[in-house]
Amino acid sequence: MTWSRKIVSVGILALASAFLLFAPLGLKPYGIFILSMWAVMTIAAIGLNLTLGYAGQISLAQAAFVGIGAYVTGWLTTKGAWPFWPTYFLGFASCFVVGWLLGYPALRVQHHYLAFVTLAFNTLVYLVFRNEEWLTNGIYGLTNVPRPSLFGYSLKGAKEFYYFCLAHLVFVSAATWWLIRSPWGRAFVAVRENPIRALSLGVDTRRYTLMAFAIGAGLGGISGTLYAPLTQFVDPTPFALGLSLNLLLMVVLGGSGYFFGPFLGAVVAVLLPEWLRFAQGYYLMGYAVLVIVMMAFWPSGLLGLADRLLKR
Amino acid sequence: MLPAFFILIGTNTFGLPFWLAAILGGAATLILLGLAFKKLMVDPMIHHGVLPLVIATIGLAILMKEAVREFYGADAWPFPALWATTDVTVFGAVFAVQSLLILAVCIVVVGALQLFLAGTLTGRCMQATAQNPAVARLLGIRVERMVLYTFLINAGLVWIAALLVTPIYLAKFTNGEILGLYAFIAAIIGGFNQARGAILGGLLLGVIDNFCAVYISSNYRMAIPLLILIVVILVRPQGLLGRVEERTV
Repeated sequence: MTWSRKIVSVGILALASAFLLFAPLGLKPYGIFILSMWAVMTIAAIGLNLTLGYAGQISLAQAAFVGIGAYVTGWLTTKGAWPFWPTYFLGFASCFVVGWLLGYPALRVQHHYLAFVTLAFNTLVYLVFRNEEWLTNGIYGLTNVPRPSLFGYSLKGAKEFYYFCLAHLVFVSAATWWLIRSPWGRAFVAVRENPIRALSLGVDTRRYTLMAFAIGAGLGGISGTLYAPLTQFVDPTPFALGLSLNLLLMVVLGGSGYFFGPFLGAVVAVLLPEWLRFAQGYYLMGYAVLVIVMMAFWPSGLLGLADRLLKR
Repeated sequence: MLPAFFILIGTNTFGLPFWLAAILGGAATLILLGLAFKKLMVDPMIHHGVLPLVIATIGLAILMKEAVREFYGADAWPFPALWATTDVTVFGAVFAVQSLLILAVCIVVVGALQLFLAGTLTGRCMQATAQNPAVARLLGIRVERMVLYTFLINAGLVWIAALLVTPIYLAKFTNGEILGLYAFIAAIIGGFNQARGAILGGLLLGVIDNFCAVYISSNYRMAIPLLILIVVILVRPQGLLGRVEERTV
């Protein structure tokens, strides 16, 4: 990385952080809600970016993990009257375990077959959410999920909870940043680039493939445990296949395999439709055209484009 | 979904007779979903791997769905059946003539496709292109044209499927989602590189799906086909009738 690129990146990062810190002061509650949603979805997209962008394993089940996390927190804090933090760790742990198990098919099949296994898994999980009424309350959902408090300080307000989500995003980003610069991150990339060569160099591809799935799923779970208190209502519909496709869109559109790709992708997928709302019925059409055009001209995503422009 | 709405625009908006609207709708499908899809979306993106193309097709699906809803309406529209909706009794069992017709058309189409792929020069060239485009080009096959043919055939099949299935499900802007998913599952279960595989996959899927809905639980009717899909992919990734295609490492 040259010096000019470093300065540009640091400058953009500083501007973005300043915006994220001070934006809620001038926004209405709905705007703050959308920004919090952006933070929560970015966490899930970071997880998928780890699985897809770094380890090269396509997964269409990220929404299922967000759902599992949301249901763990939602169910335990309402019906079980648990405090937030134990459910937070439980949400992460359960998704980690399920993600590990879902990784096993990836050891056998790749590419579009793997996409279909994970797609089927996502739909199965959705069916369980919808039909097991004794557990999940079916389509009526879990209502009045409480927002947690931190050191006796209540996070009920929209602004307070936004900063809570933002703090999580910073924490998850820092942990991921550290992870992909550790030997593990290099092993993930090795598995993506050439599994056979990685294996012959002594990388335990089997373990790292499973690990990539498990960690990605765990981050999806964290996103879910934040989603439940954010919306204060958990029902099956948001965790259907559509969200998985949307998360995939975030990762690829932002720049799969770039650290800040999911951040930008989530801006496009979460914030852009809201900004386009002035076009009323046409806004989803405009959004779709934008996505197609972006993919036609910048297939490596927004950050891939930025990379090319800066290299010139 | 789209061909059905092309035809509806023909009959309802321009007042054309059904057969004419069906033919024009077919032509529009071939041009838009065959030619334009290939030239405008697949050609520029395929060099960059499959993922951008997948994302772009997701975008395209949203676009088509929203366009239909915005310009035509969110209602389910009745769609004229190709044949009178009467029943016949064969060997004591009652069949809807429509279902029998669908089955017959299906068998004829798959048979014709099989004959075309295996028996004609063009069909064999297409198979060669699918197996190894580079070698096919060396042998003097016009690879680009063969790929275009497959997209046109695909659009044509979609048109036939729309003609057959829309009278049963009505024309609604969300039709594409579930039907498209079922089509994919059927193709994988049967085997991607075989036309007969798709018919077996589709038949199995339809029968199992409906038996589950009746005998096990209609809430979980989608679950059993998905479980079968997972098992087939893990145990026999080439599909039930598919051949293994050798690949070099």
